[in-house]
Amino acid sequence: MKDINVLMVGVGGQGVILASDAMAEIGMNAGYDVKKTDSLGMAQRGGSVVSNVRWGQKVFSPMIKKGEVDFLVSFEQVETARWAAYLKPSGVAIVADVVVIPISAMSGAVPYPSWDEIKSVLQPQTDQIFFVPAIKIGQEVNNPKALNIVMMGALSTFLDLGDEAWLADIRRKVPPKFLDSSIQAFHKGVDEIKSLK
Amino acid sequence: MKQLLSGNEAIALGAYHSGMGFATAYPGTPSTEILQNISSMEGVYSEWSINEKVALEVGIGAAYAGIRTLVTMKHVGLNVAADPFFALATTGTNAGIIVVSCDDPGEHSSQGEQDNRHFAKFAKVPMIEPTDSQEAYELMDWAFKISEEFDTPVLFRSTTRISHCKSVVNVNRERPSNVSDPKFLRSSAKYVMVPSNARVRRIAMEERIAKLREYVENFPLNEMIMGDRKLGVISSGIAYQNAREVFNGASFLKLVTTYPIPEKLIRKFASEVEKVIVIEELDPHLEEEIRLLGIDVSGKDFIPIIGELNPEIVEAGAIKSGLIPTPPRSNTTEVPAVQIPPRRPQLCAGCPHVGPEFILRKIAFDSSVKPSLTPREMTEKEMVITSDIGCYTLGVYEPLGALDTCVCMGASIGVGLGMSKAGIPNKGVAVLGDSTFMHSGVTGLIDVVYKQGNTTVLILDNRTTAMTGHQGHPGTGVSVTGTKGPEVNLEKLCEGIGIKDITVISAFDLETVESTIRRCVETDEPSVIIARGPCALREKIKGTPFEIDADSCIQCHECLDVGCPAICITGEDINIDPAVCVGPACGVCAQVCPSEAIVEMKR
Ligand SMILES: Cc1ncc(C[n+]2csc(CCOP(=O)(O)OP(=O)(O)O)c2C)c(N)n1
Repeated sequence: MKDINVLMVGVGGQGVILASDAMAEIGMNAGYDVKKTDSLGMAQRGGSVVSNVRWGQKVFSPMIKKGEVDFLVSFEQVETARWAAYLKPSGVAIVADVVVIPISAMSGAVPYPSWDEIKSVLQPQTDQIFFVPAIKIGQEVNNPKALNIVMMGALSTFLDLGDEAWLADIRRKVPPKFLDSSIQAFHKGVDEIKSLK
Repeated sequence: MKQLLSGNEAIALGAYHSGMGFATAYPGTPSTEILQNISSMEGVYSEWSINEKVALEVGIGAAYAGIRTLVTMKHVGLNVAADPFFALATTGTNAGIIVVSCDDPGEHSSQGEQDNRHFAKFAKVPMIEPTDSQEAYELMDWAFKISEEFDTPVLFRSTTRISHCKSVVNVNRERPSNVSDPKFLRSSAKYVMVPSNARVRRIAMEERIAKLREYVENFPLNEMIMGDRKLGVISSGIAYQNAREVFNGASFLKLVTTYPIPEKLIRKFASEVEKVIVIEELDPHLEEEIRLLGIDVSGKDFIPIIGELNPEIVEAGAIKSGLIPTPPRSNTTEVPAVQIPPRRPQLCAGCPHVGPEFILRKIAFDSSVKPSLTPREMTEKEMVITSDIGCYTLGVYEPLGALDTCVCMGASIGVGLGMSKAGIPNKGVAVLGDSTFMHSGVTGLIDVVYKQGNTTVLILDNRTTAMTGHQGHPGTGVSVTGTKGPEVNLEKLCEGIGIKDITVISAFDLETVESTIRRCVETDEPSVIIARGPCALREKIKGTPFEIDADSCIQCHECLDVGCPAICITGEDINIDPAVCVGPACGVCAQVCPSEAIVEMKR
């Protein structure tokens, strides 16, 4: 059983916590020992959110060391840069195209960096960078809140549990009203990465 | 059955499966979810109390009455509850009582950092610390047994990374079917702490600790894991997990009974390894206890005393002290320097605190002075804003930047009174939330009346305890289970205290907020302004959003001073995000705009 370290990052309200909870449960159901922990920084009030999810034979600390993240799953562009150093060399970065401008960037003191600048932070570490058009997918499935499910779909393509392991968890959690669009969002996340790989 | 549980969920379930019948708390991160989980458990009375002191007092009553009781709070909550905590340590109990203290190393969401393990030694009560959710679940049972067998409260210490980390728990117990009936055994010698009785109990406390020292020697969850004998690591709590990541293959002594500590076990462990170190978060609690045994031990000389540990920090310390070799330089190239804008929390769009704090900034601070981090003289016209703890504390950040002090819960009024009695020339306003007023602000207000102060108190009444996730409080009458009881009426409460000048206003009506504050600070008597408005995050209010009428906008950017997350600027152009703006229920920006350029969106 290979150890797997996932760092999910984003902004309060994007569903990072729900996704990392699901991720931990899916790992447990697949027979892994799992731990997950979030840093919230008053997330509901617009702060950054970071979730560490670890799967392994035996997991001790819930915190992933710098340079040991296998998958950096980023729900917001600039958050990717904030956590880039945690990625291990040749690790995978999956980045949603979503931008949430922090108030500190509005005054112009520290401008919001461009995607090229953000990418330049990642590139010395890895060329495995996957940019996901999550906003478009959200519109296509008519459910912008499904961002976290798009990202789970994208991530699932790198882990060999099969779609059903993920979809079972989604079916258990998502309210009936949003289930169809969520399942579509998952598949679109999968397809997107497959087309980029 | 295997379940993925956070430490807090495991604490709640473990207590439930050990026959807990009563649970009290005052909310506070990272402890809040324990009571929230308990509230839906059948057969348990649970309540949000007015504050931690009362929570523990109510809990003591239940435990005296023979019901297994859990009382939970954040680390600073135990400061508030310290008086009953020490008293309970003296009287002992009838049924088991566990006080859960959730510390917050690194101050993720706290006004201070403190290591509550000191409270165990200080109050002479046993302490237990889990290293993961599994242990949190199992240890609840032990904690109740210890409490009853040794006639003592048990301090159960968690930290943010235990409480909020999810891990796999083997749920292997069920709630006992025969939970005890309430019954109080009258005994003034035990429960009435007059000096003559307290002196007797004092002796019992020392005897108790002596017996506990013996007891913990054979505690099954303290564990020696022998590996390479060159290095022996003694650790507890989440620090143990971090140490296991870093000192691969070393020998470990994992302690869950961290006060009193198992002396013989520690001596045995120390004798079997060449070098002993302690890895612990915050203060050198174990290190000092172990050193007192005459064992040569190190720890805090290479592990930080400040903040939360993680494997990286422990590793860095271990490398610095030569305990592990420096890892080969990874071939990471220089990362280009891209400036990353910080993402600080901020008040929500539609938050009722924004308007009053905007006004405070405007009337209490000289607008010609640039905000800076260095202390500065105040001009006589400026006002001192003593504030408190809650969402509104976020108003300290620019662009609102409207607060001068935030000490501890409820302190805004006392600190304001103290400043004016000390004779500073500036007028002042004490600002606090409704839950904080109930928690401990009201006692300050009584003192204002008693001292004939002239403090102006601004209660930001959003009808909930927002910061910690919208718990009810006496002013709302809403209980932890969601039932609605009588509301303690703020106005009448203040009136009863003796405040004559009480004004209730809408938090969204800027003109009235400003004129009321200006009027109240000029009078010689104490006054209370209750600025009311629902919490936008809780009520999910949504009306026709505002937009900027580009023709009227003079690009003065004054609306940016509101600090609303719905208002963004690109270049010179201001935009309002219609998905975020709550519309006319708020309208603060529209009132601030000098050119009436902020208008309801046309369909
Ligand atoms: C002694 C203590 N107990 C609990 C907390 C956690 N806490 C922080 S703010 C807050 C209450 C805030 O409620 P309120 O005053 O109504 O302000 P709001 O957040 O609703 O604006 C609590 C319970 C604390 N900081 N200190």
